[in-house]
Amino acid sequence: MSQKFVSRGFTGKRERAGGQGARVPPGQHLVSDFPVLSAGPTPRTDLARWTFTIDGLVTAPVSWSWADFQHLPVQDFVKDISCVTKWTKLDTRWRGVSVDTLFEHVELDPRAVALIASCDGGYTTNLLLSDALNGQAFVAYEYDGKPLAPEHGGPARLVVPHLYFWKSAKWVRGLRLVNKDAPGFWESLGYHIRGDPWKEQRYTDD
Amino acid sequence: MNDNDVVRDLTLDGNAVAGLLEEVFGADMTTADGECAHCGSANAVGALRAYTRAPGVVLRCPACGGVIARIVQTPRGTLVDLRGAAHLAMRR
Amino acid sequence: MRRPLEWQIATVKAIAQETAQVKTITLVLPGWTAHRAGQHYDVRLTAADGYQAQRSYSIASPPERPGEVDLTVERIPDGEVSPYLHDVLVVGDAVEVRGPVGGYFVWEASSGGPLLLVAGGSGVVPLMAMLRHRAAAGAKVPARLLYSSRTLEDVIYRQELEALASRDGLEVFHTLTRGQPKGWTGYARRIDQPMLAEVSGPLGTAALAFICGPTALVETTASALVQLGLAQERVRTERFGPTGT
Repeated sequence: MSQKFVSRGFTGKRERAGGQGARVPPGQHLVSDFPVLSAGPTPRTDLARWTFTIDGLVTAPVSWSWADFQHLPVQDFVKDISCVTKWTKLDTRWRGVSVDTLFEHVELDPRAVALIASCDGGYTTNLLLSDALNGQAFVAYEYDGKPLAPEHGGPARLVVPHLYFWKSAKWVRGLRLVNKDAPGFWESLGYHIRGDPWKEQRYTDD
Repeated sequence: MNDNDVVRDLTLDGNAVAGLLEEVFGADMTTADGECAHCGSANAVGALRAYTRAPGVVLRCPACGGVIARIVQTPRGTLVDLRGAAHLAMRR
Repeated sequence: MRRPLEWQIATVKAIAQETAQVKTITLVLPGWTAHRAGQHYDVRLTAADGYQAQRSYSIASPPERPGEVDLTVERIPDGEVSPYLHDVLVVGDAVEVRGPVGGYFVWEASSGGPLLLVAGGSGVVPLMAMLRHRAAAGAKVPARLLYSSRTLEDVIYRQELEALASRDGLEVFHTLTRGQPKGWTGYARRIDQPMLAEVSGPLGTAALAFICGPTALVETTASALVQLGLAQERVRTERFGPTGT
């Protein structure tokens, strides 16, 4: 019964793709606002105490203060993003530091194949190195020309736009290099280990 | 409402997911008493912090913020992680 | 043992405008069961292509009205379900619901008192179900409602609250945080501990408290009441906000 029920006149808060249909992954719909999703309270990190650390399978760990991080070479990114809850937002404008730039400061152990991003509040997500390098991922601290708002992950979030947006960890504080692609917070409870929206890799066995 | 209010109001409590919990557990769970496996504090499930605007539902301890339960519904079924609950006591 | 929780198709019997942003929707339920004041119904909307959105709404009506429930819904401008319920839904439409659900934030005449109710905005809805049930059941437990609204025009159920308060042991206290009409004699600030001390004082520290509203109001009120001597386990809270999928 419930399978066939339709609410008269209900379309949801969704926009038609118009001429942009080719940019919208399967099963997704466009939004113009920027929905806020969160698995916990929004942390408030004092920038004086903020650090960003790369450790794990590296010859020597490296850590930046907020001030040091601001001096790293910065890039602008305009990317389409897709959330597994089925919204896609086109042409989002970010400023941040690419993971490639960050990795110039460490020597990777040859056994490193993946990383775990860790965050204020305890959230984690996993990425293969092959999804993190070559301009595919960055740590953003500005969105749309302004400092990244706390509810969107500020002061800084990981952005991995070619994967579902749960990979783009808010309030990111570090990357740990590991020798095995081990599931993070959502990947360990039913969500896909990689999460490519174009292959509709939403859940574990997709 | 200032920005802080907007952010804080993403926090709900176990009452808001009473329907989901009853669907998963087959009984009202909001009156069940839960013990946090992280800090040991005891709270009714209805009084836990709930985060529902996410890929799944996350219930957290109001005392320490630790994750007590996670529930994800997929087209193939429902996954429940209760590692953060030392125990749940349901009233008859 | 209650029956399993199942979705059912309700029919809209009436829609009433409460304030500029708040409507009450009366639903007739084929599988009605008596609820307890404070419980919710889940509402699920389904588009023609299968897309769904779901929210949980507090029941406003007392259980003493067989076959139907009132859901009082605030329109959230950037929401997905409440704008549909406000702008699209008309009398005669079908709505998919399940409930009643929840047993934690619940008051029944047999729960006793004295009863201290604290509401912010549309957080008054489940508390109104308690007051209506109290009246319908003829319960005489002393009760006080402290209700925070932005302006007088934002007060939901204003006339009915006045009528209820003119009888049998219920007192209603309003605070208006954004603007007050000329000659306003009620409170005119956000709820704080001195206000709670004044309102709750005559009920004593044995009061049973129900608090519903935005997170900040709920947290301020709950901790103040415990500091004023109420037992933690007799202070029940419910945060409202955008719920569901």
